[in-house]
Amino acid sequence: MEKFAQHTGVGVPLRRSNVDTDQIIPAVYLKRVTRTGFEDALFAAWRGDPGFVLNQPAYATGSVLVAGPDFGTGSSREHAVWALKDYGFRVVLSPRFADIFRGNSGKQGLLAAVVAPEDIELIWKVLETRPGTEITVDLVSRTVVCDDVVVPFQVDDYTRWRLMEGLDDIGLTLNHEAEIVEFEASREPWRPRTLPAKHLPPVEIEAARPVPVSIGSPTGQGTVPLA
Amino acid sequence: MAGTLAEKVWDAHIVRRGSDGAPDLLYIDLHLVHEVTSPQAFEGLRLAGRPVRRPDLTIATEDHNTPTLDIDRPIADTTSRTQIQTLRNNAVEFGIRLHSLGDADQGIVHVVGPQLGLTMPGLTVVCGDSHTSTHGAFGALAFGIGTSEVEHVLATQTLPLNPFKTMAITVDGQLKPGTTAKDIILAVIAKIGTGGGQGYVLEYRGEAIRSLSMEARMTICNMSIEAGARAGMIAPDETTFEYLQGRPHAPEGADWDAAVAYWSTLRSDDDAVFDAEVVLDADDLEPFVTWGTNPGQGLPLSATVPVPDQIADAGDRQAAERAIEYMGLTPGMPLRDIAVDTVFIGSCTNGRIEDLRSVAEVIKGKHRAESLRVLVVPGSARVRLQAEAEGLDKVFLDFGAEWRNAGCSMCLGMNPDQLAPGERSASTSNRNFEGRQGKGGRTHLVSPLVAAATAIRGTLSSVADLGPDAVREPEPVHA
Ligand code: SF4
Repeated sequence: MEKFAQHTGVGVPLRRSNVDTDQIIPAVYLKRVTRTGFEDALFAAWRGDPGFVLNQPAYATGSVLVAGPDFGTGSSREHAVWALKDYGFRVVLSPRFADIFRGNSGKQGLLAAVVAPEDIELIWKVLETRPGTEITVDLVSRTVVCDDVVVPFQVDDYTRWRLMEGLDDIGLTLNHEAEIVEFEASREPWRPRTLPAKHLPPVEIEAARPVPVSIGSPTGQGTVPLA
Repeated sequence: MAGTLAEKVWDAHIVRRGSDGAPDLLYIDLHLVHEVTSPQAFEGLRLAGRPVRRPDLTIATEDHNTPTLDIDRPIADTTSRTQIQTLRNNAVEFGIRLHSLGDADQGIVHVVGPQLGLTMPGLTVVCGDSHTSTHGAFGALAFGIGTSEVEHVLATQTLPLNPFKTMAITVDGQLKPGTTAKDIILAVIAKIGTGGGQGYVLEYRGEAIRSLSMEARMTICNMSIEAGARAGMIAPDETTFEYLQGRPHAPEGADWDAAVAYWSTLRSDDDAVFDAEVVLDADDLEPFVTWGTNPGQGLPLSATVPVPDQIADAGDRQAAERAIEYMGLTPGMPLRDIAVDTVFIGSCTNGRIEDLRSVAEVIKGKHRAESLRVLVVPGSARVRLQAEAEGLDKVFLDFGAEWRNAGCSMCLGMNPDQLAPGERSASTSNRNFEGRQGKGGRTHLVSPLVAAATAIRGTLSSVADLGPDAVREPEPVHA
């Protein structure tokens, strides 16, 4: 994870509350096998509307999303955070986040910063009157600067520290490498290893084939396809 | 200090104890991988330039998306094909052992681990799959994890975790003929509810559990997750050791002796304190079936579909109303009158050799009811081979059932094995959620014996309904 002490980027006003993860990324995109490349899926249902904020050129390079309360509710899908990051967002400001979304954000290096509702309102006004205005989010002083609006934000100490050190969960654990190595040295020899592989003798597996049988359907009409 | 089985296994894996509410860092002995929940984890490693720390503690198999017919032909569904191909590529790139479709050790991940002798007492076992609880039958602490955690384990072979609470589930008495481990666990879930185990590791104990075979114990631990629990466990004993000995990865010689000596200490101390306790009597158990759309909505087969008006709790009443409507049932109708269209025998709950033997025992020399189809899907390719060696495939085919290749199949219908809308199944699997076995499909969870009797009669039935002497107790087996 990249270290993150301060970030400056174009602010995007999303005047909506209760933006759930189904809206951030609809379920149809969850079938993918990649962890990146979800930028097209972000807010997919809203992107079709030419008036939607992300479709306006002034906000095209936005990296700080300014949203209403209860952002990221609903399904626990981590894809919501991946989609925001892939699109280019580094920070989401909102008066309140869903717990799981905030947890997932922390894991992935997206800052979910809590800003008072009245301050969000002030920022929205600046961004809407002067589209393209940049916002600076400073983790050291925990402040958001948007033109003449300077307001505080909240983030828990642990997440803040991890972001500033650029440590994801895995990075943090790997800090304890020496302890892991020491633990491994004490593991008993009977504990299993998958390699080198041991198995019963290899045997040819024949393919099962469809069996042509005709049976009644649930409604008693026609037949149920068997394959 | 006196400890429970779960606490003992936990303590033996602490790499670093968390302080001030920070989680413990736990070492993971065995990481099982399948194609659905692993692609993003491997991609995460690739993006960060990290290797898999311990490929020798990791094993992968293809199961959820694999077809059960024509496995020598390309997989028709492109999403399924891509997921499987991605796993194959990742296995090569990261040096992971993979059992692919067509390999004799391919099969459902929770069937493959135990049959290779990789699942043992006293281990921590994880997999990006909720039914990882299956492996707890050996006295391992085994639980499902999310994709980020899969990546974490691949990279570090550890997980930061806060301890679970413990619940003792004591099952006294003995199962009557015609009842099985499946009936025990369905009754447990009906009793404590689908959320009753939330945050707990369930430890099953008592006379009825002790006398179960390993495979039956796996059936019970498998469904712990349907009660909301993180894991299920059973203390290892002679049955466990006997099942393990001689399996490909089981310890040998002095290692075996050392292992058994340690494994024998793995039980909850007499004065250990559980956070919760539940007691059940196996003597009172009848075959259990579900009537609704969650595994907690189950009743003895002799009961009738609940009448929502008689349910006092408003939430339960609404849930029942909705379930009865989705399931196309009439309140008050006898469960025995429910006619099914499909009988599915398989899954990580009941797709092992003993399950197939017990079904074959009941259906031998008979023919299925003409109104239904019967799908028999072994849990692994080895189970299939074993069944064929015993001639069980002939019994199934003569019965009019379909004998398929191994995989998850109609347990969740990610492959073509699905119910049609409105179609009703009696299924030996573990989830009866709306649409689980196919959009609009209706699922009744049953034991293998009930599945067999139902396949003969066409309506939900127990072996007792087939007349006296319809079933002998199957011999305990250690294949
Ligand atoms: S058989 Fe069913 S429950 Fe078991 S792993 Fe496969 S899909 Fe999951």
